[in-house]
Amino acid sequence: MTAVSVRDVSIAFGMLRVFDGLSLDIEEGEFVVLLGPSGCGKSTLLNAIAGLLDVSAGQIWIDGRNVTWDEPKDRGIAMVFQSYALYPRMSVRENMSFGLRMARTPKAEIDRRVTQAADLLQITHLLDRRPDQLSGGQRQRVAIGRALVRDAGVFLFDEPLSNLDAKLRNELRVEIKRLHARLGKATMIYVTHDQVEAMTLADRIVVMKEQKVQQIGSPAEIYGRPSNLFVAGFIGSPQMNFVRGRLEAEGNRLAFAAGRHRLPLDAYAFSDRPEPGREVVLGVRPEHVEPGASGVWPGFTIDIVEPMGADTVVWCSDGTETIQVRTSGTRRVAPGEGLSLGLDAAQVSLFAADTGERL
Amino acid sequence: MRSRSGGSTEPQGRRPRRITAGRIGLYAFLLTAALFFLLPLWIMLVTSLKPMEEIRLGNIVALPAALTFEAWGKAWSSACTGLACDGISVGFWNSVRILVPSVILSIALGAVNGYALSLWRIRGANLLFGILLMGAFIPYQVFLYPLVRIFSAVGVYNSLSCIVIVHAIFGLPTMTLLFRNYYAGIPADLFKAARVDGGGFWTIFLRVILPMSTPMLVVATILQVTGIWNDFILGLTFAGRENLPMTVQLNNIVHSTQGERAYNVDMAATMLAALVPLAVYFVSGRWFVRGIAAGAVKG
Repeated sequence: MTAVSVRDVSIAFGMLRVFDGLSLDIEEGEFVVLLGPSGCGKSTLLNAIAGLLDVSAGQIWIDGRNVTWDEPKDRGIAMVFQSYALYPRMSVRENMSFGLRMARTPKAEIDRRVTQAADLLQITHLLDRRPDQLSGGQRQRVAIGRALVRDAGVFLFDEPLSNLDAKLRNELRVEIKRLHARLGKATMIYVTHDQVEAMTLADRIVVMKEQKVQQIGSPAEIYGRPSNLFVAGFIGSPQMNFVRGRLEAEGNRLAFAAGRHRLPLDAYAFSDRPEPGREVVLGVRPEHVEPGASGVWPGFTIDIVEPMGADTVVWCSDGTETIQVRTSGTRRVAPGEGLSLGLDAAQVSLFAADTGERL
Repeated sequence: MRSRSGGSTEPQGRRPRRITAGRIGLYAFLLTAALFFLLPLWIMLVTSLKPMEEIRLGNIVALPAALTFEAWGKAWSSACTGLACDGISVGFWNSVRILVPSVILSIALGAVNGYALSLWRIRGANLLFGILLMGAFIPYQVFLYPLVRIFSAVGVYNSLSCIVIVHAIFGLPTMTLLFRNYYAGIPADLFKAARVDGGGFWTIFLRVILPMSTPMLVVATILQVTGIWNDFILGLTFAGRENLPMTVQLNNIVHSTQGERAYNVDMAATMLAALVPLAVYFVSGRWFVRGIAAGAVKG
């Protein structure tokens, strides 16, 4: 069943049209991440779903109801914000119960739900404190607790971890994932610019750029088969390597050629077999390049070595192309060494040089 | 590189001198300026504590030789303001009766106005705010006659409610500006969270926004208390004979003299009239400066 459905939505600020006919369907219980650089419109879309922003055309459906003109509180949603947005003059308990008190829920029911949510998030001992007596991580736990208490079907997260330091971010990320698993049928829509959060949390990722959806797919699809150059470059760290070249025919087989480097493309799954002679960009992930003595692309020298512990990133160059290679952290490499690179056509991505679309 | 443990490392060279010619000059200037501004207050204070014989000698800066509080008592309860000789106490209570409702009303209106303009982003909010601000720059005098006509047509002219309404109207631009700017600094997420939680216009204002407004409420109170207490022209024009504020009464005391001018009574009456703003300044020094800065810098 569809939990949230965005149908042909347009949003305009005055004369400026931000979205033009955007549609998105989210299944019940799904964890969907809206991912993109700042200014791509992901938060705008989330605010429109929440009802904090009016749409100028189109409809928003939540749980089988058209809620396009409903107030945020009547949409069956709960929201967590980047800046925590805790009410500063209320205790944690009052913060968490504010929505329920507004809805005139019986006191016993409020107590039950607050206790339950506090247990789940391990913030029971903080219930009587004020927000300014809490650390950043505790504040965001309380904000998540406030959302849980609402007993909503759809949870909206607006960059909830972006204000936290790296260690806390990892902890809370795992906790959100655990929460989603435990709540079972809760639908979550999560906005972030952090690809690690997107990859680790999402059932489906919606990659956005400049108010347009670039690709919708599972993390594996987005990572393995990016639909255009932007998605390919945005996802993955270290970044995917790009090599400009052209397609050449060898009999009735196709091969990629850039300078003196060639790569036969027999194993590549074209979505639509292109004609030879076309200008293309070859994209290959650093971990899919095999450094060695007998690779298909010889003549590279190691330029810089970046040890990262578990693995090592090796920057190598042949004078025209610079390629990053991810190799095991235990492997000994030193700048100046010569090597050749092995590539597997089944693992690369090919994009049209003019449109940037995947071939 | 090695890390040190134990022992101490002294900075090299002599410590820079604290007292320089520039410093001395600075303090000399500050001291002179302070004396210059304190002198009138000092003269008022000592004159109000002297009997008339001593004042006639002309040593206006000297301490009183025969200390007396007679002038203060006279100023409070028996000095003549025109025909009536009840002292300035009548005016004091009039001012209090004008002050309390005016301050509450103008701050309440300004806070709600600022909240609506900054957080609800209603259509035309900026235009409305611009028009309101223009009101702050038009001189009072322009409004006096039209307002008198309007109030007498409605039938509230020359009454306590009339002067309270006038103070609320004239306080509105400044109060709105103050609260709008303060609320513009509140994170928008907080307001969004309250809307998701189901708060309406008034619940969000009363339960989330107002409890956060203490600093601005204090500043607004200081500005309005001093402003309304010191008002002369509006009180004279709109309050009516029964409700003339203390400033008007003070003026009447100083100007209605028979025979010898009682300087000590005049000074005592002036001191009495100035007590409320003085107390506000002394009690709220830090907040007062913040209020002036908020009014001056933001906008």
